[in-house]
This record gives sequence, structure tokens and C-alpha cells, in this order.
Amino acid sequence: MRQLNENADVVIIGGGVVGLGLAYRLSEKGMKNVVVLERGYIGSGASGRNPGGIRQQLSLGENIILARESVKIYARLSGELNFNIMFRQGGYLILAFTEREVEQFKKNVKLQNSLEVRSRTIRPKEAKEIVPMLATDKLLGATYCSTDGILYPYAVLWGYAQAAERMGAKILTFTDAKGIKVEGGEVKAVVTDKGEIKTPVVINAAGAHAAEVASMVGVELPNKPYRHEIAVIEPLKPFLDPMVLSLHHTLYVGQMMRGEVLAGVGNLDEPPSHELRASADFLPKLARAIIEVMPQFRHLAVMRQWVGIRDMTPDGKPILGEVEGVRGLIQANGFGGLGMMLSASAVKLLAELILTGKTPKMLEPFSLARFREEKLDKEMYIAGVH
Amino acid sequence: MTVAKKIVCRCEDVTEEEIIDAIKQGYTDIESLKRYTGTVTGPCQGKTCLSHVIAILARELGKGKDEVGVTRQRPPVKPILLGVLAGEAIE
Ligand SMILES: Cc1cc2nc3c(=O)[nH]c(=O)nc-3n(C[C@H](O)[C@H](O)[C@H](O)COP(=O)(O)OP(=O)(O)OC[C@H]3O[C@@H](n4cnc5c(N)ncnc54)[C@H](O)[C@@H]3O)c2cc1C
Repeated sequence: MRQLNENADVVIIGGGVVGLGLAYRLSEKGMKNVVVLERGYIGSGASGRNPGGIRQQLSLGENIILARESVKIYARLSGELNFNIMFRQGGYLILAFTEREVEQFKKNVKLQNSLEVRSRTIRPKEAKEIVPMLATDKLLGATYCSTDGILYPYAVLWGYAQAAERMGAKILTFTDAKGIKVEGGEVKAVVTDKGEIKTPVVINAAGAHAAEVASMVGVELPNKPYRHEIAVIEPLKPFLDPMVLSLHHTLYVGQMMRGEVLAGVGNLDEPPSHELRASADFLPKLARAIIEVMPQFRHLAVMRQWVGIRDMTPDGKPILGEVEGVRGLIQANGFGGLGMMLSASAVKLLAELILTGKTPKMLEPFSLARFREEKLDKEMYIAGVH
Repeated sequence: MTVAKKIVCRCEDVTEEEIIDAIKQGYTDIESLKRYTGTVTGPCQGKTCLSHVIAILARELGKGKDEVGVTRQRPPVKPILLGVLAGEAIE
């Protein structure tokens, strides 16, 4: 059993891809007293429940840039961490089933291209060449980016955690943050179920529980927890190169390097909730959607299913950086359905912010203050979100 | 001659040594241990290996088997064809 530190330079609440990634980046930059608090095991939140889809084909410029930089990081991260994260750049194929999608996707590809992401619109015929089992009778078009891909999320978590620990970070699992002490508008300590840790900086990387953590010091976040269900289909020899996404079906399907196929569908009508029990109608709905898109899947079997909670913001962008009113409290949450693909670069930028006190330009669009504005541009590429 | 290895998980080919190694690295709760070693998550879904993994973990930690716990079975326990789930008649 590891002992609780009495003092830390930074305490990170949350042992997901964001908290552990940040612990690694801070340690790498030479910070010594980095502590991560995780109330469960590593990956017990959304980071251990997602398929690891990594995609630069997004609709907001600032998200595209974070994803583009994250892809560059993931491409070398296995070597850097000395841990194989099984990142396979088999591309991402996004299917268009309505005229509206076709038009919107054209605009998005234009924006992505202007930001140096090599995505392109393709016809159904070419989509079928990339994924031969695709049914093309209702398909109107698609977009494709060959450098997108899929990785094994747990490997990223373990890789970050082990590398951070080698450099002196402490990762305290099964340790719950219960409160944050603030005096004179400054963070002083974090109270846990195992004792108190003095620290001038607290990072709120609590994922779907971020709003609760912020409320400990009276900061209100607009984040809401939404359930999202996913299933794993029997492992097969490699047959599906890209990850396939159909926003129309709220469906995604991807094959991991280990052979397993992961697939999920969203439920647009579901209210916010932390319920982790699977719903009865999920598998039939998934089965119908996947068979409509790739009919041969009818012959494959589902092995198991589970639920993850997505920490959604109103505009589908994360909240990153310090908030007004509480010095030393830094938000690193609200990653919604995009946390694997956006966080690799985001945590690097956050580390820079923490160490220099200056907000890097790429982080500016992600401040909490943006929600004061009347109209927000919304990220459209999250499966199962309006 | 190869040295006899104790295979705990046949689906993913995991040895007792590898499990002990993971426990020593700090993966001391059953949820982390099964994922880190790849046991319990293969096609048999733990039917043959889970009890062995729990026994090894309990022994290494000097705890009872009940204490190190039973991992949550994620449904369905028996693989089901997508065609069947979609309500199709499949021969
Ligand atoms: C089914 C599903 C599919 C997804 N698919 C993708 C995808 O393909 N690609 C992609 O990029 N993203 C995807 N996402 C989103 C992605 O998983 C998340 O955005 C990302 O994992 C968020 O990471 P995090 O570290 O912010 O949160 P989490 O991984 O949830 O980590 C937060 C941690 O904080 C801990 N915690 C909370 N409160 C406290 C407290 N008070 N004290 C101590 N610990 C606390 C929790 O136990 C949790 O482990 C998907 C999500 C789901 C659910």
C-alpha cells in the first residue's frame, strides 16, 4: 500500500487518459511531486470503456488541430513510453446517407484540408474498395482519412502511468477526492478518504464526475454525464482496415490490432445518467444498424457489452485551463466522446500552462468563459449526439 | 527440452509467471490484473481461468479469495450472433 503524500506540487483528480497523460507530461518536464488520485482502478472511467478511435475528421477547427497533433504524438508514443499502445493507422471512413450529410461533409473536408489534415470525399464505389463488405445501395458518399486510426486505450493508460511513476509521480488508486480546500481564493489542499494532501495546484480530470469536483469549490461546469453503450464482437483475422462511422445510424465499428471488433450505437433520447447497467434494447439496435451498413456482420457473434459515461459539454469541446475566482484550480475535462483523440496534445499544452503560467494559443478556444457567449459552434462528429 | 510453463489462460496463452509479474508491478486488483495480463477477456470469458487468477492473486497478496473478489461478468456470457439479435431467422 502506497503512503499518502503530505505535500504535492500538483494533485490530479482522475486516473483516466487525461489525468495520467498530464501526470506523464508534467513529470517529463521535470516536475517532481505529481500525485494522481483515482477512486477506482486505472481506467475505471470512460478511458477504459472506449474503443480507442483516433480521428482528425472533426468539424471544429480547434478540435481538428488538437486531434492532428495527437495523431503525431500517438504515432511515436509506443517508443516514447516503452509500451506498445497498439496504434494502427488504418484510417477512418465516415459514411454519408443523406444529402445534407454529403454537403456538410464537403465543407468539413475543406476545413480539415486547410488545417493540413489529408481527408477527402469519396464515392460509394471507392468506399467499397476500402471496406468490401459495405452495403452501398443507400450510401450517398463518404469521407476518408488514411492517417486516422485505432489504439488500445488501456495500453495508453498503463504506458503513461508506468512512465510517470518511473519519473517519480505517485498514482494513488482506490483513493477518493472528497473536497478541495481554498483560502483567500487560492487552492491549498485536497481532502481524500485517506487523508489530506497540501498542494497549490489541483487538476480536475474527473471525467464524468468533473462537475461534482468543480462544485466542491463552488465552480459551476455545464458538463453532463451521458451513457454510451458498446459491444465487443468475436476476434477475427484482420478484415476491417479503417474504423467505420455512420452518424446517421449513430454507429461506429472498428477492429483492434488484437483482432476484436468493437462497435457501438448511440441513443439520442437518453437523459443524463451515471447508470452503468446495460440496457435491454442496445444489442438489437446495434445488430440492426451494423447489418444495414455491413450485412455480413449477421454471421458474427457478440461476446460482451458494457456502458461508459461521456462527460459532455454543450458544444462538444473540452474545458481546459484555469477558471476565474480560484487560483490553482485547472480544468481538464469535458472531452465527451473525443477524449482519446484530443487529449494527447491537450495534456502537453496543459503541462505547458501549469509550468509557465501562460495559456498556449491552442488552448484559448477551450476556456470555461466561452459559455457566457450567446452562440457556440458545435462539434458535429460525435456518434449518438444531436 | 522446454521448461514446463504453467498456462493459466488458454485463450490468450498467459502463464502463471506473467500473472505474478503483473501483480509485482502493482496490478493488484482483479479488474486491472485481468486486463493487464489479458486473462478472462478471451473467447471463454474466464470460464476456465478466472478462478485460477483469483487464487494466484489471493496467494500473492496473502489475502482470502473472497477479499480479492470476483470480477464483473459483462453480459452476454454466451456469444450471440448479430443476425439473431436483429431478429433474423438464421439457419
Ligand atoms: C463507449 C464510449 C466510446 C467512446 N469512444 C471514443 C473514441 O472512439 N475515441 C475517443 O477519442 N473517445 C471516445 N470516447 C470518449 C473517451 O473515452 C473519453 O473522452 C475519455 O476517456 C475521457 O477521459 P478522462 O480522463 O477525462 O475521463 P475518465 O477516463 O472517465 O477518467 C476520470 C477518472 O476520474 C475518477 N474520479 C472521478 N471523480 C473522482 C474523485 N472525486 N476522486 C478520485 N477519482 C475520481 C474516475 O473514477 C475516473 O477513472 C468514448 C467514450 C465512451 C464511454
